[in-house]
Amino acid sequence: MFDAISDKFNTIFSKVRGRARLSEENISEALREIRLALLEADVNFKVVKSFTASVRDKALGTEVTPRVTPGQQFIKIVHDELVGLLGIEGEGLSLSGPSPAVIMLVGLVGSGKTTTAGKLALHLSKKSRNTLMVAADTMRPAARNQLVSIGQRIGIEVFSNDREQSPNRICADALSYASKKGVDTVIIDTAGRLAVDEQLMGELAALKRAIAPREVLLVADSMSGQDAVTVAAKFHEALGLTGVILTKLDGDTRGGAALSIKAVSGAPIKFAGVGEKLEDLMPFEPGRMATRILGMGDIIGLVEKAQSAVDEKQAKDLERKVKKGDFSLDDFLDQIRSIKKMGSIEGILGMMPGMKGLPAKVDYREAEHELKKIEAIINSMTRRERDNHAIINGSRRKRIAAGSGTRVEDVNKLLKKYGAAKKMLKKLSKGGLKKIGRGNLPFPM
Amino acid sequence: MTGRGLISSLLKGLSKTRHGFTDRLDSLISGAHGLDGGLRDEIEELLITADIGVVLTARILDDLSAWAAKNNVNPAEGTLRIKESLLSILEESEGAISAVDAPPAVVLVLGVNGTGKTTTIAKIAHDLTEHGKSVILAAGDTFRDAAVEQLTVWGDRLGVEVVSQKQGADPAAVAFDALVRAQTRGIDYLFVDTAGRLHTKYNLMEELKKIKRVLGDRMPAAPHETLLVLDAGIGQNNIAQAKKFHEEVGITGIVLTKLDGSAKGGAIFPLFADLRIPIKYIGVGEGADDLMPFDRHQFVEALFSQDGAAIRSNR
Repeated sequence: MFDAISDKFNTIFSKVRGRARLSEENISEALREIRLALLEADVNFKVVKSFTASVRDKALGTEVTPRVTPGQQFIKIVHDELVGLLGIEGEGLSLSGPSPAVIMLVGLVGSGKTTTAGKLALHLSKKSRNTLMVAADTMRPAARNQLVSIGQRIGIEVFSNDREQSPNRICADALSYASKKGVDTVIIDTAGRLAVDEQLMGELAALKRAIAPREVLLVADSMSGQDAVTVAAKFHEALGLTGVILTKLDGDTRGGAALSIKAVSGAPIKFAGVGEKLEDLMPFEPGRMATRILGMGDIIGLVEKAQSAVDEKQAKDLERKVKKGDFSLDDFLDQIRSIKKMGSIEGILGMMPGMKGLPAKVDYREAEHELKKIEAIINSMTRRERDNHAIINGSRRKRIAAGSGTRVEDVNKLLKKYGAAKKMLKKLSKGGLKKIGRGNLPFPM
Repeated sequence: MTGRGLISSLLKGLSKTRHGFTDRLDSLISGAHGLDGGLRDEIEELLITADIGVVLTARILDDLSAWAAKNNVNPAEGTLRIKESLLSILEESEGAISAVDAPPAVVLVLGVNGTGKTTTIAKIAHDLTEHGKSVILAAGDTFRDAAVEQLTVWGDRLGVEVVSQKQGADPAAVAFDALVRAQTRGIDYLFVDTAGRLHTKYNLMEELKKIKRVLGDRMPAAPHETLLVLDAGIGQNNIAQAKKFHEEVGITGIVLTKLDGSAKGGAIFPLFADLRIPIKYIGVGEGADDLMPFDRHQFVEALFSQDGAAIRSNR
């Protein structure tokens, strides 16, 4: 998902990491790179300018905390600043008040309003809201049919009138219909338009006045470029946006437009569209969006997972054993289990910066299957065998293979891997493992 | 879809803001000292906010600096120099859809969701029928709800036959049927619409390859054109899209849509510099007439407009 940008950040942070403290000089170097990275991520020029200025101020005023590298400290400042700007997680819709609560979806042509209407309706109906969708896009050919057909698929009623060309009249009719039918939520799908078309924006504003929506949501393409600021500003000016839904986040865009839109409109980003299925709508998560824009991978999530998976005492025990040279097959199994506790391999790799190139080449299911096999093999060994692998001869291997449902080659392979791991750990034993316990994973940043 | 008079009206409407920028540009280029820092920032902002991207922007700025340092510059030449740089990047970027000796000419139209594939097909079809050509449309977007109806509405408006099957049908089968139909009827052009798809979806790329294969099996040279429809409002991801689609299915031309908005579509510069795929049309509105051949001069001029639509239709 992040590719090149993540590599760039790895380089920046390795530059910063080597130094004792954050200085004006190394900050400005990192800031230059961050500026480029944000611009490449399509964050608007002006937004980038003010962002880097505020990061500079924060970074220079901050003391480097003990046990944290300057690089880590710097990432945290950048990340926190970005998260702060992107808003609060899980800011839902405010639909309280008299029924029906009206939600108006607006946006550029092709941003995904109609699909989003369906996704939102499904989301709300799962929350037991009695929802009606209104087909008020009278401009795009067959837009109304599209909404009707989506409604049929998810079992949500759509108010549509093919003979009526005025969106205002369609909406007025829909609202009185909603009141009669006891509907509590109405989602209005409007025609896409250009922010610079004042006449069409005026029509939309008139519609808004007529239907008094509780929410006016801008549906915005996450792949939007620099112009996202103009779009968000104009829509906000004309309509007073109450929120934003970002679409097409399942692609490989870095999604810098999210930051631009939030910065100029102040409207909270409430949901993200993450796929073509109508279930594919998620609450917006600023933290993940920030790491995505920065291309960092989910370092924070990874560190948290590592901390919860490896407890301090275990790590110390292990360290002592390694130093003494008695890292047994049981310890080997423990290590494998703690990796498994961190989640799927795909998930773990996905969180690591610099690992973005791998997904195409690694077959995760294969790798996870491999882990299960190792676990089964070690479980089929006796206590003595686990403590001293040297005694595992040919006939023992045969027995272990039979017991674990594997082949002798698999057992051989495992013993070889264990031998290599033991050797490597012995070399690394000077403090290398203790770090894991503090959440400092030994991966390159 | 004539573009005459467009540049002059464009320039008239925007002369105020353009002057602001150009004047500063002129006054800030100082012959002996190269590019002033403040000016550099300003040009950078202009280029970056047009979605030209950081790498190419840096290259253009370096070129300008070097030139300004070497030459005793007449102030008015500054703007001209940038425009020339931009124009030279787009050299050989213009092109029309190719005619074929033995019709039908088969045009496959692709792109991510919401870029304007169906509308673009309608516009090109309209232009061709205006010029006395016969056209058939294949409703190959069998995925999205009512996409078939959308194309059918356009077919009715333009008086053009639309070959379709029901939603969920195999798009390759629809394309095949339409090609057979076009061949039997002796039609000049067949346009195959496809479902919007993100370039990152492996399976959906395979589906496109299949459509291409099936067309080629029936008619060896088909598809004669594979057009990628890109949205001018999209930023650097336009480059990723073009690269991936080109790598997977091979693109022969680009259509840049929604240039009637405030977005400048500047990602086309690094994209063309890298892939050399010609830009065949631009979309400037929602009507059937709102299509123009790509003109690099006009496009570069429009970059310097600071407000209003990037390019307006002159209907």
